Amino acid sequence: MRRGKILLGLALGLLMALAVPALAQDGADHGQTQLNGTIRFGFDQFFEGVTITVADSSGAEVGQAATDADGRWSVPVPGPGAYRVSIDTGTLPEGIGLREGQESVVDAVVDAGQSRAVVFAVGEAPKGTPFGERAAQTVFNGFKFGLIIAMSAIGLSLIYGTTGLVNFAHGELVTFGAVIAWYFNSSWGELNLIVAAVLTVIVCGMLGAGLESGLFRPLRARRLGIFQLVVITIGLSLLGRQLVQLFFGAEPLPYRDFQVQERWEFGPWAVTPREVATIAVIIAALVAVGLMLQKTRFGKATRAVADNADLAAVSGINVNRVVLIVWVMGAALAGLGGVFQGLDADIDPFLGFQLLLLIFAGVELGGLGTAYGALAGSLIIGMSTEVSTLWISPELKFVVPLAALILVLLLRPQGLFGVKARVG
Amino acid sequence: MDFDIIFGNAARAAFGPEAIILALAAIGLNIHFGFTGLLNFGQVGFIMLGAYGTSVAVATFGWSLWVGIPIGLFLALALAVALGIPTLRLHAVMFAIVTIAAAEIIRILIGSTDAIGLTGGPLSVSFDAGAFFDLNPYADGPQDRYGVGTFAFTGQQMWVITVGWLLVALVSFGVFLIIRSPWGRVLKSIREDQDAARSLGKNVFSYKMQALMIGGVIGGMAGVIDAIKTSGADPNGFRPQVTFYTYTALLLGGTATYLGPVLGAILFWFLREWIESFLRQLAAEAWLPGAIADFLEGSEGIISVGMVGLALVLLMLFRPQGITGNRIEMQLDAR
Repeated sequence: MRRGKILLGLALGLLMALAVPALAQDGADHGQTQLNGTIRFGFDQFFEGVTITVADSSGAEVGQAATDADGRWSVPVPGPGAYRVSIDTGTLPEGIGLREGQESVVDAVVDAGQSRAVVFAVGEAPKGTPFGERAAQTVFNGFKFGLIIAMSAIGLSLIYGTTGLVNFAHGELVTFGAVIAWYFNSSWGELNLIVAAVLTVIVCGMLGAGLESGLFRPLRARRLGIFQLVVITIGLSLLGRQLVQLFFGAEPLPYRDFQVQERWEFGPWAVTPREVATIAVIIAALVAVGLMLQKTRFGKATRAVADNADLAAVSGINVNRVVLIVWVMGAALAGLGGVFQGLDADIDPFLGFQLLLLIFAGVELGGLGTAYGALAGSLIIGMSTEVSTLWISPELKFVVPLAALILVLLLRPQGLFGVKARVG
Repeated sequence: MDFDIIFGNAARAAFGPEAIILALAAIGLNIHFGFTGLLNFGQVGFIMLGAYGTSVAVATFGWSLWVGIPIGLFLALALAVALGIPTLRLHAVMFAIVTIAAAEIIRILIGSTDAIGLTGGPLSVSFDAGAFFDLNPYADGPQDRYGVGTFAFTGQQMWVITVGWLLVALVSFGVFLIIRSPWGRVLKSIREDQDAARSLGKNVFSYKMQALMIGGVIGGMAGVIDAIKTSGADPNGFRPQVTFYTYTALLLGGTATYLGPVLGAILFWFLREWIESFLRQLAAEAWLPGAIADFLEGSEGIISVGMVGLALVLLMLFRPQGITGNRIEMQLDAR
């Protein structure tokens, strides 16, 4: 069982701890060569009296400092070079330890006249959590992450299936969802995040309709080559990301709601209500999309268009209408995926583009254009990303799904569930 | 508003080291995409290995720069082989995604804290490029400037530029020779219809692999120039958008032409810097409402990169062959 009943928003705490360099440098004395940082957890917990020791590369101690009431510490060093910074975990308050994957000794290189921030991510998960429990938690995180990827991937996969367009700007739809929800939540009317998310889904659906009817339908009529279309979506992706940076800024920001929550414990898992809600909503959305594709007239029409658009058109299906609805649905789901991803990690302009490669990986792993393959592929990608952190450092975790993608394509180029077709 | 400064800055960017790096990257990409029809979206990976191979050999292992440069180029070549074997048989779009993924894997690995001992990790790596600058024939005092107004370079920059543009000219001429040869005609036939090329008994895989290797090494040269110019390398400089900038330059100048990538790289940097300088000057104008000036202040770079995205869309819509290209050669339905 985990220690401590009241547990704070864990993911947020870690991210804030990692975002410390920006804050820490404010108080830095410019011109002095030093190492500094802030020991804290979340927004409101700053730890006083934590001992930090700095040694040079030969192991000789250079200086020691204790954190002040705001959790800050700084140690001046004699000159530029590499130093080892260690934290005395015994001086942390009761029930608080280093986060998983955080070593108590960190190497840092400082340039002359520079203040270099050193981050120790602290949280409620003390080292020495049994492997089984950590494994269970990473599987849970991976499942949730995989579901977010899967929901964002539906649009990409269906749009490719019905029109053959590979949309590199799909990640920006995800970012757009996260950012619009943030504006509804924090700035325009300060709405509750649930209301904001509903509005976001509507706005993103409208954006999808606009993109299809205003841009991609005319482009299809002009019969542009696949490469030209791909480059257009890359241009849109670049443009969209810069617009988000221009208005939203590059600093990661959180939503106002659901950040601090008490965890529920189910056996080896400790989960927040928001994570449960995320999973429930995504599964409901995936089931709804699946039922629609299988059971409704529209679903049948979509599958017909994906199979052969010309044949579908001559049998009386309005292809443009089907594609329009696919775009609305895909963009809305991508936007909602962005809201959940933003709830999990903070919102920044690169959120969607980072997810895009994983969405591609999930879709390709399952087989391009297969709906259930994309779901399975996304879950595999999400799981492998998170579970890999049991063995490798979290900053390398995105390497695993990308490498898995290359490996699968090497062995089975059509994807796990795709139909084999000869190319090249 | 001082247009002398704006045009001076733009011209300096257009003929400076950045444009040389972009031109070399685009020449390499032109072999992949323009002549062979390979949708390589990981050109930045080759640049990165060229830059890091050189930097790490000198900085970490203490070898001479003249050993480091071949190592950088060799790593780019090795990446081409490692990437080509599994992926050249893939659907064009999958090839594109796998090449992006491969470049990102390399960037994450190079930039991780686990790699600090080898590559400097997130802290970037720097080395002493003295061996290169010892040969500098330009006087390089603190007062020495070559050029007029803001369109001026220091002696060191002049040396990088001279060597860089000579290299661009040499490589361009080499590409001209190999593409005119029977070998080059096979490449173009693969781009147009690889099944037809195969039915004539050409080993399509082998030709694609050779094209990937040659273009990759030219991308590696871009990385070597980058490493020498900055005396080091930083993982943040090798994000996927570098590849997209390279495509922009190539598409702007003209795909599948000999001078298109060079022209495109010069234009790319001229326009980008012109916009940035213009906005910077605009933000300082007194007649501008304060709110707009505040909005522009510090956003010049963000806006100019956004313009790159817009330019890509407009180019593809209205002039996919670029300035000098042939429209028919751009109508490939890449597979």
